[in-house]
Amino acid sequence: MSTTDITADAVSDRQSRIARVVFFSCALVTVLTTFGIIAVLVTGAIPFFREVSIIEFFTSTTWSPLKEPNSFGIWPLIWGTMMIVVGSAVIALPIGVLTAIYLSEYASSRVRRILKPTLEILAGVPTIVYGFFAISFITPQIQRVFPQTGTFNAAAGAIVVAIMILPMVSSLSEDAMSAVPDHLRQAGYGLGATKLEVSTKIVVPAALSGILASFILAISRAIGETMAVTLAAGMNPNITVNALEEIQTMTAYMVKVGQGDVSVGSIGYQSLFAVGLVLFVMTLAMNIASQWIRLRYREEYD
Amino acid sequence: MSEQNVTQTESITQPQTTVADDATVEPMAETIIESRDLDVYYGEHQALRDISFGMPEKQVTALIGPSGCGKSTFLRSINRMNDLIDSARVEGELLLRGKNVYDEDVDPVALRRTVGMVFQEPNPFPKSIYDNVAYGLRVQDKDDNVDEKVEQSLRRAALWDEVKDQLDSSGLDLSGGQQQRLCIARAIAPDPEVILMDEPASALDPVATSQIEDLIEDLARDYTVVVVTHNMQQAARISDKTAVFLTGGELVEFDDTQKIFENPENQRVEDYITGKFG
Amino acid sequence: MATDQATDDRFEGFSSDDKLARKRLYGKLFVGICFLATISGVVALGALIADLIIESWGWLSWNFLTYPPSPSEFHYTDGRGAGIYPALVGSIFLIALTAVFTVFLGVGAAIYLEEYAADNYATRFIEANISNLAGVPSIVYGLLGLALFVRAGGLGSVLIAGALTLTLLILPIVIVSAQEAIRAVPDSQRRAAYGVGATEWEVTRDVVLPSALPGIMTGTILALARAIGETAPLIMVGAAVSVFNPPAGLFEPFAAMPMQIFEWASQPAGEFQHIAAAGSVVLLTVMLIMNLMAILIRNKYETEL
Repeated sequence: MSTTDITADAVSDRQSRIARVVFFSCALVTVLTTFGIIAVLVTGAIPFFREVSIIEFFTSTTWSPLKEPNSFGIWPLIWGTMMIVVGSAVIALPIGVLTAIYLSEYASSRVRRILKPTLEILAGVPTIVYGFFAISFITPQIQRVFPQTGTFNAAAGAIVVAIMILPMVSSLSEDAMSAVPDHLRQAGYGLGATKLEVSTKIVVPAALSGILASFILAISRAIGETMAVTLAAGMNPNITVNALEEIQTMTAYMVKVGQGDVSVGSIGYQSLFAVGLVLFVMTLAMNIASQWIRLRYREEYD
Repeated sequence: MSEQNVTQTESITQPQTTVADDATVEPMAETIIESRDLDVYYGEHQALRDISFGMPEKQVTALIGPSGCGKSTFLRSINRMNDLIDSARVEGELLLRGKNVYDEDVDPVALRRTVGMVFQEPNPFPKSIYDNVAYGLRVQDKDDNVDEKVEQSLRRAALWDEVKDQLDSSGLDLSGGQQQRLCIARAIAPDPEVILMDEPASALDPVATSQIEDLIEDLARDYTVVVVTHNMQQAARISDKTAVFLTGGELVEFDDTQKIFENPENQRVEDYITGKFG
Repeated sequence: MATDQATDDRFEGFSSDDKLARKRLYGKLFVGICFLATISGVVALGALIADLIIESWGWLSWNFLTYPPSPSEFHYTDGRGAGIYPALVGSIFLIALTAVFTVFLGVGAAIYLEEYAADNYATRFIEANISNLAGVPSIVYGLLGLALFVRAGGLGSVLIAGALTLTLLILPIVIVSAQEAIRAVPDSQRRAAYGVGATEWEVTRDVVLPSALPGIMTGTILALARAIGETAPLIMVGAAVSVFNPPAGLFEPFAAMPMQIFEWASQPAGEFQHIAAAGSVVLLTVMLIMNLMAILIRNKYETEL
């Protein structure tokens, strides 16, 4: 049995202090990354907006920064992105929720254990492979039905992005629905409701915040989608409602600039950051909205 | 190892200095741990009120009382494990050999090298039996003759014979009672002065429990042992002194175990002991 | 006094079978629709796999794996002249390098957030920020990499610039999964170590990290499997499409599979479609192997505990 000094210099804890600093720096990298992204986008876009008025940027309906005659309206790109987003959402969100309802309320646990991970494989496929799939399979199939479809068309892009975001909607919605406590369902059955009624009128509303969050996440993903739309939907900034025509999304334009020999400092190079900034703001807004929804509705039935 | 950095204790009056009639006359054990007006808060909630008493060296002191009365909180205050809880706040003093462990210049890590702890649920590391016992030695830089010390500790913990051929196997492979003895071996390996035990047998079956109880009595030959228990019979069996805490974090009575259980001064203690509540 | 059931209004609902039958019909239709919805996802997956296999049939050969892409004219009588070798090796080097950076930064950040950080606004801000970073499109990370590493850092379009960019891209995912693994280590273990006089760092090093390691590895490998399929950041950083050798060093140009596939898929000539499919199969196979490794690790350690 020994007596020990318990004062502060008895044990040197320099290691813990160093460890704290090192690990804090690692966490700090994430904060710096965000600042870095904002700084890069803003400093890259400022020269652009010195040449191009913001008014023209947001009102002109032609986008042609690299070819004469130059025109710098962002709307064709935003429109192109929106065609993909709306198109894929219209397909994936309903199918995703219906899938989630089936998996959560109707499927046996064995079936669910097989189907849910299978669908999640879809989420793991790289977007470049989806792009290939679009031009290799989807577009030819569309052309069979609509022969006037171009090699590049918005529809193929929308379909393939829908397949890509489908598992996000279905998995997250299914998680939300499974989390709805069983006694709510029992209450419904006890009142004589059918399974259809319980699923649609009790479970879905109770899981709504999770379902909405999954929607927003999926939409955000669709906005930022790059390779599939570049390959499938094309490089033509064109405001149209015809999904069979070629369009260009914001991301596809960025790829085009990134691929080509655009000299640093030229208006083309700067446009890259201007478009990137718009893209970043859009996805940031979506992500904040998703977090807000999750926070706001968390108390639902706790 | 550096000399104790401690001021000599002045005479410390112990409450209830009467000794039971048939006790053998022994020199009064020196008080090693003394609590003075100790208050402990978790945020706004006060878990301990004005705790003042002294525990003797190399004896077993039991802390008993109903659930939630603060006895575990008090135990954790001795080795400053409460520091790990963000909302915990301590007022008053807790002296170890006369030095307040809550002084500015005290390092809790150093403190825990002289005050060891065994927890309610056995919690051996997912390492080998050998490495479990050796861990304390290694972090405290006492890693000369590790083999010897590991064997000694396992013997003291009455576990050596059962595990000596499987020191490399995982500590988690042992039974509950064995795991707890392993945790005891781990705690005594670095040779602390005090061993704190928070309901050490409550998660164990009766056979394992009685093994632990025998062990505790044996350990008191070399270490000061403070045991929290909700089992009054256990306290009566194994301890020399008993402190009774009651709901609200109050220390109601502290005396020789025999006196507490046969003839307590305080009516509430008598009610608790005879099972009227708690 | 008994009521005459035939005329009592209360029992009307019970005896009208049509309403109930119709409800049952809707119910069955509904299940059918939901089932079809679910199946459509599976069908899509099947079509994708079938398409890849069909298109790449005959083009996926040993030569394809070991030869570089053709310099000019396209010779593909036996796959020779159109190969994925530099891209395959480039991807592997790229991911290995990314792994090093990402594990260090990601686990470090996770340890800070779980073990050291107090529960205050700063910590919550950091975590919310990480959550946001996870949702930023990968092409924006490409811009960051381009401006920061390629241009400002003066590195040029080299392997390490690509790795750093991918590191930042997957860092949020790695941090979150490392956090979960660390959180799963029971507090009783930490208390045991503190109780025996260990310092904060010793508790982290000896108790938390060893227990959390399998979970951390699983999460990291899954994140790397995602990274290996990323194209957009590499386009921005400037991965090459016509190199004939694997990257010679950290500061050398590099090729990568997704980039190569993109290049091939962009060509109009039919033959390129086939090798784009073959390249996709190779990429997916590598990703599959990585995912299996992650699952194996998780299963092995979950049963041990």
